[in-house]
Amino acid sequence: MTEVYDVPYMRRTRDYYRAQGYKQDYVWAHFSDAPFQALAKSLEKSTLALITTAMPDTGKGRSERKLYSTPVDPLPDSMYTDELSWDKQATHTRDVNSFLPIVPMRALVEEGRLGKLAERFHSVPTEYSQRSTREVQAPEILKRCLEDGADIALLVPL
Amino acid sequence: MSLVARHLESNGIPTVVLGSAMDIIEYCSVPRYAHVDFPLGNPCGKPFDTAMQKSIAEDVLDLFGQATQAGTIVRLSYQWNEDQAWRDAYARVSDENLEHLRELGEQRRREQLQNKTSLAKIDFN
Repeated sequence: MTEVYDVPYMRRTRDYYRAQGYKQDYVWAHFSDAPFQALAKSLEKSTLALITTAMPDTGKGRSERKLYSTPVDPLPDSMYTDELSWDKQATHTRDVNSFLPIVPMRALVEEGRLGKLAERFHSVPTEYSQRSTREVQAPEILKRCLEDGADIALLVPL
Repeated sequence: MSLVARHLESNGIPTVVLGSAMDIIEYCSVPRYAHVDFPLGNPCGKPFDTAMQKSIAEDVLDLFGQATQAGTIVRLSYQWNEDQAWRDAYARVSDENLEHLRELGEQRRREQLQNKTSLAKIDFN
């Protein structure tokens, strides 16, 4: 039986693409410290934004990797995840709530533990360019979160 | 995603990252991280396990409520199943698949040349 350990995804990914003949390793973003913002409101009064790496399962979402904002209601039946690096042997992404927790968070809103869900969730394509993520996508997501009145945000990379 | 979390946090929106790739997220340093030790793909809970998904959502709210400093990491205690084989299997390079991977890479580069697409299609969290 295999022992329990944290899968070294960075090393595995590097080795995997080297084995495919790619000469340049992907460079992950690296920081030794993080910013921190305390909650401005109690959770019961906060609006939560959801952010995913999955794209909308539409013609456009399937063909153009870019930033999308989609209403949380109605719940999307599916999201396009084929081009993301998740474990396609061990699992599947046919249940949207297993990677985009709209229904569970809505239940917590109904119980009064969370104020509300922002009306849209956001799809962020993972870019090869960290600069593009920092200078283009991140400011745009911030802008949209503020437009939606979000107080807090949950980000779920697949 | 971690870069987006850092940006939102720096601009006044507290964030939680919920994921399953501990090394990648730790390397970037995010304000709050909830780790679910599952194969990549279902960090919000097993597919169609609504009780687990709800419980993980509660854990996320707890982390928002309880974290008092940057870089707070919580390992959630959910188990994928008894079989741990997925840990060894993911993106494994071995003598058996080396030739296959080399061909896969060549085919991909040919397609990329044709489509003028780039490595941007690859996701690295």
